[in-house]
Amino acid sequence: MQIQREITTASVLLGATVGVFGATFGLFAVTGGLSVSKAVAMSLLVFTGASQFAAVGVVASGGSPFAAIGSALLLASRNGVYGLAMSRTLRGRLPLRLLAAQLVIDESTAMATAQADPDAQTQAFWMTGGAVFVFWNLGTLVGALGGGLLGDPSVYGLDAAFPASFLALLGPHLAKVGGKAAAVLGAGIAVVFTPFLPAGLPILCAALAALVGLSTRV
Amino acid sequence: MSWTSLLLLAGGAYAFKVLGLVAIGDRPLPRLVTSCLDLLPAALVAALIAINTVAIGQRLVLDARVVGLVVAGVAVWRKAPFFVVVVLGAVSTAAWRRWVGV
Repeated sequence: MQIQREITTASVLLGATVGVFGATFGLFAVTGGLSVSKAVAMSLLVFTGASQFAAVGVVASGGSPFAAIGSALLLASRNGVYGLAMSRTLRGRLPLRLLAAQLVIDESTAMATAQADPDAQTQAFWMTGGAVFVFWNLGTLVGALGGGLLGDPSVYGLDAAFPASFLALLGPHLAKVGGKAAAVLGAGIAVVFTPFLPAGLPILCAALAALVGLSTRV
Repeated sequence: MSWTSLLLLAGGAYAFKVLGLVAIGDRPLPRLVTSCLDLLPAALVAALIAINTVAIGQRLVLDARVVGLVVAGVAVWRKAPFFVVVVLGAVSTAAWRRWVGV
Protein backbone atom coordinates (compact mmCIF):
# COMPACT_ATOMS: atom_id res chain seq x y z
CA MET A 1 0.00 0.00 0.00
CA GLN A 2 2.70 2.41 1.09
CA ILE A 3 4.82 1.63 -1.96
CA GLN A 4 1.84 1.99 -4.27
CA ARG A 5 1.11 5.44 -2.88
CA GLU A 6 4.72 6.47 -3.30
CA ILE A 7 4.76 5.25 -6.89
CA THR A 8 1.56 7.13 -7.67
CA THR A 9 2.79 10.39 -6.15
CA ALA A 10 6.14 10.15 -7.88
CA SER A 11 4.51 9.31 -11.22
CA VAL A 12 2.13 12.26 -11.11
CA LEU A 13 4.92 14.61 -10.04
CA LEU A 14 7.19 13.48 -12.88
CA GLY A 15 4.28 13.58 -15.31
CA ALA A 16 3.31 17.13 -14.34
CA THR A 17 6.90 18.31 -14.74
CA VAL A 18 7.07 16.72 -18.17
CA GLY A 19 3.73 18.41 -18.97
CA VAL A 20 5.29 21.86 -18.59
CA PHE A 21 7.94 20.86 -21.12
CA GLY A 22 5.14 19.51 -23.30
CA ALA A 23 3.67 23.01 -23.37
CA THR A 24 7.08 24.35 -24.33
CA PHE A 25 7.24 21.80 -27.13
CA GLY A 26 3.76 22.71 -28.38
CA LEU A 27 4.72 26.37 -28.57
CA PHE A 28 8.10 25.56 -30.15
CA ALA A 29 6.47 23.32 -32.76
CA VAL A 30 3.88 25.90 -33.81
CA THR A 31 6.50 28.65 -33.85
CA GLY A 32 8.69 26.36 -35.94
CA GLY A 33 6.01 26.07 -38.60
CA LEU A 34 4.05 22.96 -37.63
CA SER A 35 0.25 23.04 -37.56
CA VAL A 36 -1.47 22.39 -34.25
CA SER A 37 -2.65 18.98 -35.46
CA LYS A 38 0.89 17.99 -36.51
CA ALA A 39 2.31 19.11 -33.17
CA VAL A 40 -0.31 17.07 -31.32
CA ALA A 41 0.10 14.04 -33.60
CA MET A 42 3.86 14.13 -33.10
CA SER A 43 3.53 14.03 -29.32
CA LEU A 44 1.03 11.16 -29.52
CA LEU A 45 2.89 9.07 -32.09
CA VAL A 46 6.57 9.83 -31.60
CA PHE A 47 6.31 10.36 -27.81
CA THR A 48 10.00 10.96 -27.17
CA GLY A 49 10.54 14.52 -26.00
CA ALA A 50 14.13 15.07 -26.99
CA SER A 51 13.58 13.59 -30.46
CA GLN A 52 10.59 15.82 -31.06
CA PHE A 53 12.49 18.97 -30.10
CA ALA A 54 15.34 17.89 -32.39
CA ALA A 55 13.07 17.18 -35.37
CA VAL A 56 11.24 20.50 -35.10
CA GLY A 57 14.49 22.35 -34.44
CA VAL A 58 16.09 21.01 -37.62
CA VAL A 59 13.02 21.79 -39.72
CA ALA A 60 12.68 25.28 -38.21
CA SER A 61 16.31 26.07 -39.01
CA GLY A 62 15.77 25.11 -42.65
CA GLY A 63 17.11 21.56 -42.55
CA SER A 64 15.80 18.78 -44.79
CA PRO A 65 13.20 16.27 -43.55
CA PHE A 66 15.90 13.58 -43.75
CA ALA A 67 18.18 15.56 -41.45
CA ALA A 68 15.25 16.11 -39.09
CA ILE A 69 14.31 12.43 -38.99
CA GLY A 70 17.95 11.36 -38.74
CA SER A 71 18.82 13.51 -35.75
CA ALA A 72 15.54 12.68 -34.04
CA LEU A 73 16.07 8.94 -34.49
CA LEU A 74 19.63 9.20 -33.10
CA LEU A 75 18.03 10.55 -29.93
CA ALA A 76 15.34 7.87 -29.99
CA SER A 77 17.84 5.02 -30.31
CA ARG A 78 18.48 4.90 -26.56
CA ASN A 79 14.88 3.79 -26.05
CA GLY A 80 15.96 0.50 -27.63
CA VAL A 81 18.36 -0.05 -24.75
CA TYR A 82 15.66 0.94 -22.26
CA GLY A 83 13.41 -1.66 -23.88
CA LEU A 84 16.14 -4.23 -23.39
CA ALA A 85 16.46 -3.24 -19.73
CA MET A 86 12.68 -3.51 -19.30
CA SER A 87 12.18 -6.69 -21.30
CA ARG A 88 12.41 -9.06 -18.38
CA THR A 89 9.90 -7.04 -16.36
CA LEU A 90 7.33 -6.38 -19.08
CA ARG A 91 6.28 -9.86 -19.98
CA GLY A 92 2.82 -11.05 -20.81
CA ARG A 93 0.87 -11.13 -24.03
CA LEU A 94 2.29 -9.59 -27.18
CA PRO A 95 -0.48 -6.97 -27.70
CA LEU A 96 0.15 -5.67 -24.19
CA ARG A 97 3.87 -5.55 -24.81
CA LEU A 98 3.32 -3.71 -28.09
CA LEU A 99 1.30 -1.11 -26.17
CA ALA A 100 3.90 -0.94 -23.42
CA ALA A 101 6.58 -0.28 -26.03
CA GLN A 102 5.18 3.19 -26.79
CA LEU A 103 5.72 4.10 -23.11
CA VAL A 104 9.38 2.98 -22.98
CA ILE A 105 11.16 6.29 -22.23
CA ASP A 106 13.65 7.78 -19.76
CA GLU A 107 11.16 8.37 -16.95
CA SER A 108 9.25 5.07 -17.04
CA THR A 109 12.45 3.00 -17.24
CA ALA A 110 14.13 4.88 -14.40
CA MET A 111 11.05 4.67 -12.17
CA ALA A 112 10.38 0.99 -12.87
CA THR A 113 13.91 -0.29 -12.45
CA ALA A 114 14.22 1.53 -9.11
CA GLN A 115 11.54 -0.72 -7.56
CA ALA A 116 12.44 -3.80 -5.58
CA ASP A 117 9.95 -6.47 -6.67
CA PRO A 118 8.58 -7.34 -10.13
CA ASP A 119 5.00 -6.30 -9.31
CA ALA A 120 6.07 -2.84 -8.18
CA GLN A 121 8.31 -2.57 -11.26
CA THR A 122 5.41 -3.31 -13.58
CA GLN A 123 3.13 -0.93 -11.73
CA ALA A 124 5.74 1.85 -11.71
CA PHE A 125 6.32 1.42 -15.44
CA TRP A 126 2.65 1.77 -16.36
CA MET A 127 1.95 4.55 -13.84
CA THR A 128 4.89 6.69 -14.85
CA GLY A 129 4.62 5.92 -18.56
CA GLY A 130 0.89 6.65 -18.46
CA ALA A 131 1.22 9.86 -16.43
CA VAL A 132 3.99 11.17 -18.66
CA PHE A 133 1.97 10.27 -21.78
CA VAL A 134 -1.14 12.09 -20.55
CA PHE A 135 0.68 15.21 -19.31
CA TRP A 136 3.05 15.42 -22.28
CA ASN A 137 0.17 15.33 -24.74
CA LEU A 138 -2.05 17.70 -22.75
CA GLY A 139 0.91 20.04 -22.42
CA THR A 140 1.59 19.90 -26.16
CA LEU A 141 -2.03 20.78 -26.93
CA VAL A 142 -2.08 23.68 -24.47
CA GLY A 143 1.26 24.99 -25.73
CA ALA A 144 0.30 24.69 -29.38
CA LEU A 145 -3.04 26.43 -28.85
CA GLY A 146 -2.34 28.99 -26.18
CA GLY A 147 1.37 29.48 -26.24
CA GLY A 148 3.69 29.95 -23.31
CA LEU A 149 1.50 30.81 -20.36
CA LEU A 150 4.24 29.81 -17.95
CA GLY A 151 7.19 31.02 -19.96
CA ASP A 152 10.59 29.37 -19.81
CA PRO A 153 10.50 26.25 -17.54
CA SER A 154 14.13 26.77 -16.56
CA VAL A 155 13.11 29.92 -14.64
CA TYR A 156 11.44 27.53 -12.18
CA GLY A 157 14.42 25.19 -12.19
CA LEU A 158 12.32 22.51 -13.85
CA ASP A 159 15.24 21.44 -16.06
CA ALA A 160 16.99 20.38 -12.85
CA ALA A 161 13.92 18.40 -11.75
CA PHE A 162 14.94 15.60 -14.14
CA PRO A 163 18.48 14.92 -12.90
CA ALA A 164 17.14 15.31 -9.34
CA SER A 165 14.44 12.70 -9.86
CA PHE A 166 16.80 10.31 -11.64
CA LEU A 167 19.23 10.73 -8.75
CA ALA A 168 16.45 9.77 -6.33
CA LEU A 169 15.88 6.66 -8.44
CA LEU A 170 19.54 5.64 -8.66
CA GLY A 171 19.87 4.41 -5.07
CA PRO A 172 18.58 0.84 -5.47
CA HIS A 173 20.94 0.24 -8.40
CA LEU A 174 23.99 1.21 -6.38
CA ALA A 175 23.18 -1.51 -3.87
CA LYS A 176 23.57 -4.25 -6.50
CA VAL A 177 26.83 -6.09 -6.98
CA GLY A 178 28.76 -4.03 -9.53
CA GLY A 179 26.09 -1.32 -9.40
CA LYS A 180 28.38 1.46 -8.24
CA ALA A 181 31.01 0.60 -10.85
CA ALA A 182 28.42 0.49 -13.64
CA ALA A 183 26.95 3.83 -12.53
CA VAL A 184 30.26 5.67 -12.27
CA LEU A 185 31.46 4.20 -15.56
CA GLY A 186 28.14 4.96 -17.28
CA ALA A 187 28.11 8.58 -16.16
CA GLY A 188 31.78 8.95 -17.13
CA ILE A 189 31.29 7.50 -20.61
CA ALA A 190 28.26 9.73 -21.24
CA VAL A 191 30.12 12.91 -20.25
CA VAL A 192 33.32 12.05 -22.12
CA PHE A 193 31.47 11.31 -25.36
CA THR A 194 29.11 14.30 -25.18
CA PRO A 195 31.34 16.78 -27.07
CA PHE A 196 32.17 14.27 -29.81
CA LEU A 197 28.89 12.53 -30.60
CA PRO A 198 25.44 13.82 -31.56
CA ALA A 199 23.11 14.18 -28.58
CA GLY A 200 21.50 10.86 -27.68
CA LEU A 201 24.44 8.64 -28.62
CA PRO A 202 26.50 9.21 -25.45
CA ILE A 203 23.74 7.55 -23.40
CA LEU A 204 23.74 4.66 -25.85
CA CYS A 205 27.52 4.30 -25.32
CA ALA A 206 27.00 4.44 -21.55
CA ALA A 207 25.10 1.17 -21.83
CA LEU A 208 28.50 -0.49 -22.38
CA ALA A 209 29.21 0.15 -18.69
CA ALA A 210 26.81 -2.68 -17.93
CA LEU A 211 29.54 -5.03 -19.23
CA VAL A 212 31.14 -4.79 -15.77
CA GLY A 213 28.54 -7.49 -15.08
CA LEU A 214 30.88 -9.87 -16.92
CA SER A 215 33.41 -9.58 -14.14
CA THR A 216 31.03 -9.94 -11.18
CA ARG A 217 30.99 -13.28 -9.46
CA VAL A 218 27.57 -13.58 -7.89
CA MET B 1 7.46 18.93 -41.87
CA SER B 2 5.11 16.80 -44.00
CA TRP B 3 2.74 14.16 -42.66
CA THR B 4 4.84 11.53 -44.46
CA SER B 5 8.04 12.46 -42.65
CA LEU B 6 6.16 12.80 -39.36
CA LEU B 7 4.84 9.24 -39.73
CA LEU B 8 8.28 7.96 -40.78
CA LEU B 9 9.73 9.47 -37.63
CA ALA B 10 6.95 7.97 -35.51
CA GLY B 11 7.54 4.53 -37.06
CA GLY B 12 11.29 4.72 -36.53
CA ALA B 13 10.95 5.87 -32.92
CA TYR B 14 8.48 3.09 -32.18
CA ALA B 15 10.72 0.51 -33.86
CA PHE B 16 13.56 1.29 -31.45
CA LYS B 17 11.25 0.96 -28.43
CA VAL B 18 9.64 -2.27 -29.53
CA LEU B 19 12.84 -3.97 -30.73
CA GLY B 20 14.51 -3.76 -27.34
CA LEU B 21 11.38 -4.90 -25.59
CA VAL B 22 10.59 -7.98 -27.66
CA ALA B 23 14.08 -8.90 -28.92
CA ILE B 24 14.78 -11.25 -26.05
CA GLY B 25 11.22 -12.38 -25.49
CA ASP B 26 10.84 -15.22 -23.02
CA ARG B 27 14.05 -17.02 -23.91
CA PRO B 28 16.18 -18.04 -20.95
CA LEU B 29 19.49 -16.22 -20.93
CA PRO B 30 22.97 -17.20 -19.79
CA ARG B 31 23.93 -15.98 -16.35
CA LEU B 32 26.57 -13.57 -17.65
CA VAL B 33 24.02 -11.88 -19.92
CA THR B 34 21.48 -11.44 -17.14
CA SER B 35 24.06 -10.00 -14.78
CA CYS B 36 24.90 -7.42 -17.47
CA LEU B 37 21.20 -6.71 -18.10
CA ASP B 38 20.73 -6.21 -14.36
CA LEU B 39 23.40 -3.53 -14.39
CA LEU B 40 22.06 -1.79 -17.50
CA PRO B 41 19.70 0.53 -15.54
CA ALA B 42 22.50 1.60 -13.18
CA ALA B 43 24.63 2.64 -16.16
CA LEU B 44 21.75 4.32 -18.01
CA VAL B 45 20.22 6.18 -15.06
CA ALA B 46 23.66 7.46 -14.00
CA ALA B 47 24.32 8.58 -17.58
CA LEU B 48 20.96 10.37 -17.65
CA ILE B 49 21.81 12.21 -14.45
CA ALA B 50 25.19 13.27 -15.84
CA ILE B 51 23.85 14.40 -19.23
CA ASN B 52 20.89 16.26 -17.74
CA THR B 53 23.19 18.08 -15.34
CA VAL B 54 26.20 19.12 -17.40
CA ALA B 55 25.23 18.91 -21.07
CA ILE B 56 23.38 21.31 -23.35
CA GLY B 57 23.28 19.53 -26.68
CA GLN B 58 26.92 18.68 -27.41
CA ARG B 59 28.33 21.32 -25.05
CA LEU B 60 29.44 20.58 -21.50
CA VAL B 61 28.27 23.40 -19.22
CA LEU B 62 28.48 23.87 -15.48
CA ASP B 63 25.46 25.94 -14.45
CA ALA B 64 22.76 26.21 -11.78
CA ARG B 65 21.65 22.63 -12.48
CA VAL B 66 24.78 21.42 -10.65
CA VAL B 67 23.60 23.27 -7.52
CA GLY B 68 20.22 21.60 -7.84
CA LEU B 69 21.81 18.19 -8.18
CA VAL B 70 24.01 18.69 -5.11
CA VAL B 71 21.00 19.80 -3.04
CA ALA B 72 19.01 16.84 -4.36
CA GLY B 73 21.95 14.58 -3.48
CA VAL B 74 21.92 15.80 0.13
CA ALA B 75 18.16 15.22 0.23
CA VAL B 76 18.58 11.65 -1.07
CA TRP B 77 21.33 11.03 1.46
CA ARG B 78 19.03 12.27 4.25
CA LYS B 79 16.42 9.82 2.94
CA ALA B 80 13.94 12.53 1.91
CA PRO B 81 10.86 11.36 -0.05
CA PHE B 82 10.97 11.51 -3.86
CA PHE B 83 8.72 14.56 -3.96
CA VAL B 84 10.96 16.54 -1.62
CA VAL B 85 14.11 15.58 -3.56
CA VAL B 86 12.66 16.78 -6.85
CA VAL B 87 11.17 20.01 -5.47
CA LEU B 88 14.38 20.90 -3.60
CA GLY B 89 16.41 20.25 -6.76
CA ALA B 90 14.21 22.52 -8.85
CA VAL B 91 13.80 25.29 -6.26
CA SER B 92 17.50 25.52 -5.45
CA THR B 93 18.34 25.66 -9.17
CA ALA B 94 15.75 28.40 -9.73
CA ALA B 95 17.01 30.34 -6.69
CA TRP B 96 20.63 30.12 -7.83
CA ARG B 97 19.67 31.34 -11.31
CA ARG B 98 17.63 34.18 -9.86
CA TRP B 99 20.06 35.49 -7.27
CA VAL B 100 23.52 34.29 -8.25
CA GLY B 101 23.17 34.00 -11.99
CA VAL B 102 24.54 31.39 -14.42
